[in-house]
Amino acid sequence: MPCRLLALLCLFLASPLAAQPASPVSPPIPDMDNRMAACAGCHGEYGRSQRETYYPSIAGKPAGYLYEQLLNFRAGRRHQTQMQQMLTPLSTDYMREMAAYYAGQTAARHPSDADALDPAAAARGEQLALHGDAALDVPACRDCHGAGLRGGGPYVPGLVGLRREYIEAQLGGWQSGARSALAPDCMATIAQRLSGEDMAAVAGWIAAQPVQPKAAGETEIGPLPMNCGAVR
Amino acid sequence: MMRLTRWLVGLCGVALIMAAAAFLPRLWPDVGMPQVADTHPDTGDAALIERGRYLARAGNCIGCHTGPGGEPYAGGRRIETPFGDLYTTNLTPDAASGLGTWTAADFWRAMHHGRSRDGRLLYPAFPYPDYTQVSRADSDAIYVFLQSLEPVAADTPPHALRFPYNTQLALRIWRGLFFEPGEFRAAPDKSDAWNRGAYLVEGLGHCGACHTARGRLGQTLASADYGGGRIPGLRWTAPALSGASPMSAARAEELKTLLATGVSRRNVTSGPMAEVVFHSLQYLREADIAAMVEYLRQLPPTSPTLDGPAGLRVPPSQAKRLLKQGRALYVDHCESCHGEDGLGEPRRYPALAGNALVTANATSNVIRSVLEGGFGPSTAGNPRPYGMPPYAHQFSAQQTAAVISYIRQAWGNEASAVSPLDINR
Repeated sequence: MPCRLLALLCLFLASPLAAQPASPVSPPIPDMDNRMAACAGCHGEYGRSQRETYYPSIAGKPAGYLYEQLLNFRAGRRHQTQMQQMLTPLSTDYMREMAAYYAGQTAARHPSDADALDPAAAARGEQLALHGDAALDVPACRDCHGAGLRGGGPYVPGLVGLRREYIEAQLGGWQSGARSALAPDCMATIAQRLSGEDMAAVAGWIAAQPVQPKAAGETEIGPLPMNCGAVR
Repeated sequence: MMRLTRWLVGLCGVALIMAAAAFLPRLWPDVGMPQVADTHPDTGDAALIERGRYLARAGNCIGCHTGPGGEPYAGGRRIETPFGDLYTTNLTPDAASGLGTWTAADFWRAMHHGRSRDGRLLYPAFPYPDYTQVSRADSDAIYVFLQSLEPVAADTPPHALRFPYNTQLALRIWRGLFFEPGEFRAAPDKSDAWNRGAYLVEGLGHCGACHTARGRLGQTLASADYGGGRIPGLRWTAPALSGASPMSAARAEELKTLLATGVSRRNVTSGPMAEVVFHSLQYLREADIAAMVEYLRQLPPTSPTLDGPAGLRVPPSQAKRLLKQGRALYVDHCESCHGEDGLGEPRRYPALAGNALVTANATSNVIRSVLEGGFGPSTAGNPRPYGMPPYAHQFSAQQTAAVISYIRQAWGNEASAVSPLDINR
């Protein structure tokens, strides 16, 4: 019995998510709200994007994920000139602190996304998000993005609090190749199996979910249903 | 009549040949490879490696010789020029793609003579017209440092220059006209600090590469030394470093803090200069920063109109409307940081009142700042800089012009209004 426990533990430690260092924990930085005014211009105060549909909310996303994206933007692996220019003169230490700051904020649903779907689309969206579609060989969103869709680890983004149009645009980006990740590129594979209606349905359903308070340990994610190159 | 024409043509021909003959000696000494003795510096000397690391910082080699997301010093960054794009080379000691097979003499030939190991003439986007002032001892130290790096296999993408700029002949002519290997000579009547500053500013610092205006062929104009210039390939203007009057002691102190930390009581570095502070200047010793400022504050004055082209003229009636609209926008969007008095907050938000970037004849920097925002650099002295939000997606061209026109004329600033047509040029 102890042997089996040990084997399980080994398995867990060997899993790619467990191999990542824990999210960086830093003491609060004084005046961070004002230091981040440049980010708030697009991503909203406290990272809750209210006005700009295509600028995502970043509040409450996993710190490791946000930090990784900052590195990706600065290196041009994610393409956005504005983000790249912003980050060019910043240290990685500061970028970690920025990521931790936004991870510590609370996500919020945008009021206009609350009930924008018709019932059939909402049902389809819920099915994809919570159960997936075996016929299409598409896993449920929550299998990777967590039960509360908050993401986890350095590589899985949270989805709660994102605007419907933003999620739909990102899915379209994965499908067309405008967004990509290391091979095997899970999100590209999944997006290519979805129709336009499916994308709209699942984006609408996710955006309509009220944001619950974060539960402890919620951003620890189990083994993934697919082999994803981005989750190293 | 016929005879006279023929005679004139002949005379012109002779004059041309004579002119060419006079120019040839300028080209000729350049043809053969300059003979350079090898000094065989000790590549295992830890102190020499550290000295080289420091000097490489002073030269900001890493700034250009690192591609986006790439390994430091492994090259691959695209450099836009008016003649096409260049890609920076791999300086790590990889034998196939880097400097692995280079000797200290080869490296000196590049730094001092602008020639590659195989004799190819180098493009002056590699600032050898400035680096030629660097001493052999310093060049050797940088060489030893670069050889101490982990080799990275990274091929340089081929340059994408237009004809005829992509030919060695074009480079040969350019060098005949504008380049001569130089040597830094200390001025005996100046202080040690001034001389050290001059060596750093003119040589490794290559400040003039941006802060001096360039001619049609990309040469820096000696007549415009540090009078400011448009940065090739970027929509930024490097402001004049030479003022109409010598810099006060108080301003010199401000400048030292600005160069060392990226932020000072009234100013913040932005755009390409934020990168220079981030990669290079923050690592320099206090005495070297002080020396550079000592040299800069005594630069002979140049005409301030050389800092770039002025914008379109705005008719007075339109200017009046812009100012009114700009004032309202300022109150709503800018005042909470930059203040009602335009004085900002020390080390956080730059002052706009009396800010030369705001009132510069060339409006490109203030336009870029409003449209793109940005952070100052993270430095040891200011690790967590404040940032300015971009307004490109919030303001129309009209609104951008209005708010800029307002800050150029508020609080005693006296600069022209900015036309909405200038915003997206």
